[in-house]
Amino acid sequence: MSELPAKSKVVVIGAGIVGSCLVGHLSQLGWTDIVLIDKGPLPNPGGSTGHASNFIFPVDHNKEMALLGVQSANQFRDLGLSVDSGGIEVARTEARMHELARRMTSAKAWGVEASLLTPGEVKELVPFINEEVILGGFYCSSVSVVDSLETGTQMRNLALEQEALKVFANTEVLDLITEETPIEGQTKIKAVVTDKGTIEAEYVVIACGVWSNRIANLAGAYIPLVPAVHQMADVGPMDVLAETNNEIGYPIVRDMDTFCYERQSSGSMEVGSYGHRAILHHPDEIPSNDAAALSPTEMPFTPDDFDPQMETAIELMDMLGDAEIKYAINGLLSLTPDTMPCLGEIPEVRNLWSAAAVWVKEGPGMAQVVAEWMTHGYPRVIDAHGADIARFYEEEKSDEHIWARATEHFVKTYGIVHPAEQWAGRRNLQVSPYFSRQEALGAEFFAARTWERPQWYQSNADLVQRYELQEREVEWDNRWWSPISTGEHLNLRENCGLVDLSAFQIYELTGPGAVAFADHLAVNKVDKPVGSSVYTPWLTPDGGFHSDLTMMRTAENTVQIVTGVFDGGRDQFWVKKLMPQDGSVAFANITLDVTTLGLWGPNAPAVLAQLTDQDLSQAGSPYGSLRTVILQTASGPIEATLFRISYVGDTGWEIYTAWGNGPALWDALVVAGADLGLRPTGGGVYGTSGRLEKGYRLMGNELESEYSPVEAGLARPKVKASDFIGKEAYLKARQDGPEVQMCTLTVEDHTDSAGRKRFMMGGNEPLLTLDGARIVDSHGRASRVCSAGPGPSVGKHLLLGYLPNELAVIGTDLQVMYQNEYFPVKVGAIDGSVFDPEDSRLKS
Amino acid sequence: MSSFTEVLVVGEHERGTLVDATLEALTFARSLSDEIAVLVCGDFDLADRLAQFGATTVHIADHELLNGDFGPEAWGETLAQLIQTEEPEMVLACGTSRGNEVMAQAAARLDLPFVANCIELSEAGTEITRVQWGGSLLEQTALTADIKMISVSHHAVEPTEADAGQPEQRSFKPDLAEDLARTVVQGREIAEAGVSLATAAVVVGGGRGVGSPEAFAPLEELASLLGGRVGCSRAVTNNGWRPHSDQVGQTGTRIAPEIYIATGISGAIQHWVGASAAKQILAINTDPDANMVVKADYAVIGDLHEVVPAIVDEIRSRQAD
Amino acid sequence: MTAEQTSRIDASELRVLVCIKRVPAPGARINLTDDGQRIDTAHLGFAMSPHEECAVEAAIQLTQEAGGEATVLTVGPEEAEEQLRYAVSLGIHKAVLVKTDGEAVNPQRTARAIGAAVAALEAADGPFHLILFGNESADSGGFQVGIRVAVGLGRPIVTAIKGIDLELEAPAITAKREIDGGLEIYKLPTPAVLGVKEGLNLPRYPTMKGRLASKKAEITQFQPGESEPDGLDGQTSLGLIQPPQKASNVVRLGEGPAAAPAVVDLLDELGVL
Repeated sequence: MSELPAKSKVVVIGAGIVGSCLVGHLSQLGWTDIVLIDKGPLPNPGGSTGHASNFIFPVDHNKEMALLGVQSANQFRDLGLSVDSGGIEVARTEARMHELARRMTSAKAWGVEASLLTPGEVKELVPFINEEVILGGFYCSSVSVVDSLETGTQMRNLALEQEALKVFANTEVLDLITEETPIEGQTKIKAVVTDKGTIEAEYVVIACGVWSNRIANLAGAYIPLVPAVHQMADVGPMDVLAETNNEIGYPIVRDMDTFCYERQSSGSMEVGSYGHRAILHHPDEIPSNDAAALSPTEMPFTPDDFDPQMETAIELMDMLGDAEIKYAINGLLSLTPDTMPCLGEIPEVRNLWSAAAVWVKEGPGMAQVVAEWMTHGYPRVIDAHGADIARFYEEEKSDEHIWARATEHFVKTYGIVHPAEQWAGRRNLQVSPYFSRQEALGAEFFAARTWERPQWYQSNADLVQRYELQEREVEWDNRWWSPISTGEHLNLRENCGLVDLSAFQIYELTGPGAVAFADHLAVNKVDKPVGSSVYTPWLTPDGGFHSDLTMMRTAENTVQIVTGVFDGGRDQFWVKKLMPQDGSVAFANITLDVTTLGLWGPNAPAVLAQLTDQDLSQAGSPYGSLRTVILQTASGPIEATLFRISYVGDTGWEIYTAWGNGPALWDALVVAGADLGLRPTGGGVYGTSGRLEKGYRLMGNELESEYSPVEAGLARPKVKASDFIGKEAYLKARQDGPEVQMCTLTVEDHTDSAGRKRFMMGGNEPLLTLDGARIVDSHGRASRVCSAGPGPSVGKHLLLGYLPNELAVIGTDLQVMYQNEYFPVKVGAIDGSVFDPEDSRLKS
Repeated sequence: MSSFTEVLVVGEHERGTLVDATLEALTFARSLSDEIAVLVCGDFDLADRLAQFGATTVHIADHELLNGDFGPEAWGETLAQLIQTEEPEMVLACGTSRGNEVMAQAAARLDLPFVANCIELSEAGTEITRVQWGGSLLEQTALTADIKMISVSHHAVEPTEADAGQPEQRSFKPDLAEDLARTVVQGREIAEAGVSLATAAVVVGGGRGVGSPEAFAPLEELASLLGGRVGCSRAVTNNGWRPHSDQVGQTGTRIAPEIYIATGISGAIQHWVGASAAKQILAINTDPDANMVVKADYAVIGDLHEVVPAIVDEIRSRQAD
Repeated sequence: MTAEQTSRIDASELRVLVCIKRVPAPGARINLTDDGQRIDTAHLGFAMSPHEECAVEAAIQLTQEAGGEATVLTVGPEEAEEQLRYAVSLGIHKAVLVKTDGEAVNPQRTARAIGAAVAALEAADGPFHLILFGNESADSGGFQVGIRVAVGLGRPIVTAIKGIDLELEAPAITAKREIDGGLEIYKLPTPAVLGVKEGLNLPRYPTMKGRLASKKAEITQFQPGESEPDGLDGQTSLGLIQPPQKASNVVRLGEGPAAAPAVVDLLDELGVL
């Protein structure tokens, strides 16, 4: 073993599936001088990779997880370290059969071959199953079993052969050393201290699985994840399995309703469970390699937790009951507070990267994401915003939060999770100034990361009668939805609505360099007169969307950035890592200094006029303008900024005022609107129905790094002269023209085969040709529903999705798949909107 | 040093042939006292040899139950009676199977404490350090009984000679009940030729690195030269290269040979658990960081396909000489 | 010995008792609590000692082949039920917990507690023809509890046993003890006691059905005898310490085929050539 070098370009900590694949990918991307260290031995350092069940079900409702799963499966396949065993998810309940139909839909979306099986067909594939306890199965022939440890070895060898890598096993990290940067709250990684010496490095990547947060903490950083138990018992041998003479000869069975799987492993069966209570451990509780009876992450089995699983497993496969339990563990894996992995540069410490909370099934793909991110400044294989570690707010990084959320979602690992499902615990972490008023109005709160936002108000239940609205026929479609929301929509269009926008994340750039820097971030021109605003994309270096937000020049040397609550963390870090380090720009997060109310609808000017003398006409308060005004409230006059803008398609303002003035402003508007039909209006209108009728794109739904503004229909006629991030790629995209275009589609018939009306909910439902074929462009991007929701004012259910140019024609007839059935849809709008395409209501 | 006026040592022998472990006990006893008495069960003349290692007195227990083969109850009762007669402050045996057994028998009969497998005594002889967990841990214990019965951990002491001159020989006639014959050895079996994996003195293990069923041939050859058995890792049985009965590990056979030669085995924990009871482990592996290499006592870094045949050749050439 | 003990054993009446001990299941390194008084078991599992696994297996095999009933007994805390149920999940019929409440235990006390429990169990259901112990416990390794129990009961015992053959007709037990190069053979009358060693057999693992059934098993509880005054046994444990670390862990014998002579030297030294 050679000596640990004093210096290297990049140190990767952790030689599990992720760290090993990462060094392989980095070397392929031209990196050299890589050092990989692990405190354990090789090839199994003792982390979660060593006890993984190593199978990949390539179907997930989440796009990132699904496509990176497929990507990973292909990488294992290319190395020859994968067997396509096939896999079946079996249902014991009607609710699960409904879910399996949804799985079929997602399989179609991602282009994975799958079929629904009858119990008899399941038995043909798995002869030892008791078909009497199941109602059916979801079969996927490309489910694979991989050799994760050997994959790690080969990926390391790839880098070793390039002479790009040095590997140091049995080397424990004792500390991470950082140095100050000019940016407040941000340091930079400098060196890794190990028991074999200290190594200076430009980049350090933490790929330490369950230990990741502990290692990050050494640098004052956070990787919000917690080690959690997944129980697994190996039972056997059984002749029927041994006779296959194979590591795996029968499809893997996931017994979804009992949260359990049965996976053949040579002559025996691995029975794995997600059905037990959440058993979490602090990283300090994980024994060292020396002190562990098995490996550190194979903790002592707690049989009481597993017993219920045995009963149900025997029900499904009687032969399991008489086989010996030869090996049983409380295996540790990583859980994050929101179920998604932690990838990317860690906001607290520059050049310190996270590649954690990644399971074997997505390991190679996610390693590729991180390697590309480090190389190109952004991942290329897929948009990975959902896994971006910068997404977390401070409150989400505490152990209390991580443990509570992990406890809540662990038991849903095999659960049926509705796309709009809300968290039960750790709520009200951040509420707006109107919270008590909203509670009194019976607001149904939806959480947006840490923030609470009313989705609709029970106090508006009368609107259901007024507009003769109906509940949806199928409980699933109706879940986390209410016709009240549609009532609020129609009332806004008829009168006006008051929307709480306090969750806006607002940042302020000040200083002599602020405007120039802001201009450098944005596609559209920020350097405009004081009082101007601009709605603009922020692009990645490759010209895709990093973000999409509003920037306001509020003073000569001040620019405010207003972005959505889901993107606040990512956008804040983007600014902080790109801003000049010479002191010419100062950054401040003023989110909690400012509260925002949206006031929209034909009566909005009449309501607001009661509070101010300001000329509210389009001449006095033109679209896009900022006006600082004094508003009269019962508590006295307050200063506010009127921003004439709309995300719902009716005229009105976003009204910004000091946080403490919020309640007075709310009360004044409610009083002023009493006779003008003003209703508090929830996010169901603001984020869905109002937005969709206007075809407004939403970051994270329609807008991703895989798409350009040209494809999203957000390219302006002219390109500003000054330079900005992604400009070169943007110019090329304009020159090349779009391959796909964002379209609004209308659902033409909602009736399913059972005669019930069904309503898509924007969960990546595939858009298909009339023949039922998938629509895929030359980059492999499939057409799918990015957003869906009602369009009450156009009388149609609306879908947003990208379509290739030849289909992006108004009137084109296509199909959408929902719950494994086909429904006719029609292209209703391309760049514009299906409601008030001339924007006459905005200008009134 | 003489913390004790007299130490009584159990003279373990096999039908009149002194067992080397007794010499360890004698050597240890000399650090405690100048007066070393030895009990010899049966009418055997071991005095000269015992004296070479410091015995000053030899008690020859003469009884028909003792003059033939070993019997734990007869030996234990004899020791108990001698202790009652002599009242030594310290009674010592070597911590072999027999040594511990005879001491426990006597201690049980006298209702005295017995501390097995000691490695160190304090000056006053009241604080004892002994091994637990097969040597993974040490326990410190206070022994306050008037008659202290201990065994010395086998191999903890290197026997050294110390001629004490001609020892005093005393005959001792224990009173043994007839029925103690019930635990006297009745016969012996020579070890079977075909050793089992679990009991083999040498196991040659092969892992994924072996590469194919055929490539186990040199391992078989090495094992048979050493009178051992071939074992394998789980990866090997998973690949169908060898039957499950050859699998060493958590879910296979746990082995405890004198030496385990692990070739091309990375040392998955599963495997390690089954192999860790081996007294010595020699790992042969191309990867110096492999778990098996790091945890082994001895290692050869290299390709097993070259190293194993070289070892076979070396053994053959030495045997030819 | 009474006539009853020398007459043939009716297979259906065969009674075997196995005594086990709950011990931690550590890894290669055993961590201690800060005060050095105990093993830090916070994150360790527990098991019975490995020799006892073989004893349990032997009891199961004997009663499966001949008939009769196997009972498992332990002296320990409430938690030791886990090991009793494990034994039941393997095929042991009855379980007995002699419950200690955290008070100090030593081999003499443990042996007295077992002796008292055996007396009570035998008074109720008849004698145990065979009582099995592990040769020594995995943790403290005192090498004596089984012998003390046997002496207390006036029954024969041989330890280090690696082979058991039970004769029902003229009740006798042939026990084989491992020695250098072979086995010593003992022939014991019943009732007898044996201390067995790993290698006696290949212990089975529980089946899922066995595990589930074991959860319903009733566990008979005894309190150890009352008259157990403190400190009169003449031995008190003072604490645990880690042995000194080996300086260098791995001896490199060389690289490639050139290492062969060094390997053979080692084999010679170990006496396995």
